Amino acid sequence: MSDTNRQIDSAMSHENRPGRKPPFIHVAPSPHISDSRASTQRMMVDVIIGLSPAIVVSLYLFRFYALKQILVCVAVCLAAEYLFVRMRGKFFTLKDCSAIVTGIILGLSMPGSAPWFVGALASVVGIGIGKIIFGGVGMNIFNPAMVGRAFVMIAFAQLMGAGAYENVTGLVDAVSGATPLSALKFNGVHTGIAPLFMGVTNGSVGEVSAIACIIGGLYLIYRKTASWQIPASILITVALIAAITDIAGGYQGVFLLHHLFAGALMFGAFFIATDPVTSPLTAKGKMIFGVGTGCLIMVIRLFSGYPEGVMFAVLIMNAMTPLINRWTIPQPMGQREA
Amino acid sequence: MGLFRLKGFPGTGSFPHGIHPPDNKALSANMAVEVMETPGTVTLPLLQHLGVPCKQIVKSGETVSYGQMVGKGEAFVSASLHAPIAGKVKRNIKVTLPNGRRLDAIAIQAEGEQIPPERIWEDVRFTQWPRPKDCFTDYEPMDIVKKIQASGIVGLGGAAFPTHVKVMPNDTRMIDTLMVNGCECEPYLTCDYRLMVEAPEAIVTGALLAGRAVSAREIVICVEDNKPEAIRHLQDAARKTVVQVAVLKTKYPQGSEKHLVKAVLGLEIPLGGLPADAGVAISNVQTMATVARSIIKDIPMTHRVISVSGRGICNPKNIFVPIGVSLAQVVDFCGGLTPDAARIISGGPMMGFSFSDLSAPVTKGSSGLTILTHDEVRKAEETHCVRCGRCVDACPMNLVPTKLALAARYKNPELAGQYHIRACVECGSCSYVCPAKLNLVQLIREGKAQLNAWERR
Repeated sequence: MSDTNRQIDSAMSHENRPGRKPPFIHVAPSPHISDSRASTQRMMVDVIIGLSPAIVVSLYLFRFYALKQILVCVAVCLAAEYLFVRMRGKFFTLKDCSAIVTGIILGLSMPGSAPWFVGALASVVGIGIGKIIFGGVGMNIFNPAMVGRAFVMIAFAQLMGAGAYENVTGLVDAVSGATPLSALKFNGVHTGIAPLFMGVTNGSVGEVSAIACIIGGLYLIYRKTASWQIPASILITVALIAAITDIAGGYQGVFLLHHLFAGALMFGAFFIATDPVTSPLTAKGKMIFGVGTGCLIMVIRLFSGYPEGVMFAVLIMNAMTPLINRWTIPQPMGQREA
Repeated sequence: MGLFRLKGFPGTGSFPHGIHPPDNKALSANMAVEVMETPGTVTLPLLQHLGVPCKQIVKSGETVSYGQMVGKGEAFVSASLHAPIAGKVKRNIKVTLPNGRRLDAIAIQAEGEQIPPERIWEDVRFTQWPRPKDCFTDYEPMDIVKKIQASGIVGLGGAAFPTHVKVMPNDTRMIDTLMVNGCECEPYLTCDYRLMVEAPEAIVTGALLAGRAVSAREIVICVEDNKPEAIRHLQDAARKTVVQVAVLKTKYPQGSEKHLVKAVLGLEIPLGGLPADAGVAISNVQTMATVARSIIKDIPMTHRVISVSGRGICNPKNIFVPIGVSLAQVVDFCGGLTPDAARIISGGPMMGFSFSDLSAPVTKGSSGLTILTHDEVRKAEETHCVRCGRCVDACPMNLVPTKLALAARYKNPELAGQYHIRACVECGSCSYVCPAKLNLVQLIREGKAQLNAWERR
């Protein structure tokens, strides 16, 4: 090493030499440069930026209820991440912002009326069982936010189910009452397409406005943080199945648009299903994933006791992801001729 | 597939996937080639190419003249070595090249009268080269091949494959197209660019001669569209010849043989195969200029143009240097390192080797030095893979780099094989884009070794 230093010293220009230490040269494998714009943290910040229109709409519509859900979920997610990562004795991952993203998504997927401990418990379960048990960020099989939400959905069926959205005292008047999908399913009542699109209806705090989700989602696709294949294939699949039902039932297009804009479809398609960790790697795999999710959403919406199917559809397709990855190993260039 | 094909060469085309790193070529692109003075000593490793080392044929103490053969390539895939300076052979030594190989070398100390290096450079820039008719009547294909072999010419793009093997006429595998690679897709490097601007005539003549050797029906020089000057000069030089200039979209790794063939001809070289399997012979632009000089002027390969660039060097330059000059001398010639220099790379930053021993010599395959500063060097702070799939989008070979890397990390060669790990060309695109800063290429290299060991078991 000293030999090398001497050489490098002598290789330094004469102008630079007096009193200066030789440069510190190090060696590493190629490539020696990387895209400094891309980092895990930057991806997560992108998601937060993408979610911001939905957050703004939720704060406008549900005021304190939305703020409470989001803050509780984010705070508990961060605390849970810190605690569980510490228990595993790993380096801390709070810096990568993934826990904040999980918290925001979880908060936005809660009904405004749900008590604070529901969101808190969902956060603990989501981070603990949904993520850290598998090894932390990048290793989880299921979308952590959806794991947490599924848990409280079952554990607190009364507080989370269709009943949570109806006749809640104190909730902003315009948006209390049945959610559009329950209204359709149980009472056969259609909500107008324009309110659904703009989001002045009832529902989980972050998913009511289709337009906010579309704007944020397009930003994510533009930043290449989310792939376009997943939302596109989900939306097209849902639209196709809804269209068939529409034609069969004679709804003249209302049913199709209702299914596209109501419930968590837009939110799920752009922000939940596109979670890179739990979706397939290749473009082809992503399309299969999207079509599968879309089909499952419509099966649950049309045939099950639940009016909404995004959460379960995503979780089931998460389980399919390793299999899809194995089905869709791409053929390298030149393989066919060999 | 049709989308990416260049229809009737001079269009714009490319291959699927790939990346766009900042090319940073402006640092040295406008620096005309400077000729380096004859050094006091040169060190010539006996293996400077892919294949079998050549055999030393001079004894220590012997006096050699400029251009005299000092190492003979006896095997078919081997290249001879010629003295780039006149002088006395010193005691045999060993040197370590930037790629880590330790080799026997011949050292020559300058002695007696030297041919001015400017004159050797003028031989390259010479413009009155014979044109097709003369080429085709005066030179038989086998004569061209023999002369290339005698001149010790190897591919100057970096891989350093002996050129006579590539241009050897072959009855079983017909060559349709000779492609001359002027893409130079590595960031920072500009030596091929300068040569295309300053000596396009030599490149075209070399291409005609090499095309004659392989009896190619078409000869095409491929240049990326970020080098408009080079394209213009080549087009002027190629006027009234059969040589065409194809313009390609700027993208990394466009200069890779497989991707060049895919982009220009729409053909895929089979995995594990050679360009010849697709009816193509590929050689670098600087190789073609050297071929022209060696065949028409009878000068062996003794010098080459290298580029020295990066923000870690005081004066980035393109230099015409004798093979065997030490890299320390090259660095000195360019004003030395800056205080914030952090990494010295032989070649470009995507695929080059980093090293710290400046006593290593310039070899036939050295395309240049890139010296990066602390700010430019990739930071090694690794986080977990989030399976974002950016590496999949970047991989020009259509692989799944993250799977390959994880298979290597968890020592699962079977999985690596399933995901076609051997098809990886190690271009580094996946590591470049990875947001988790995983060094995927390095893991994939390990995975390849694991797969080989597992299959031998």
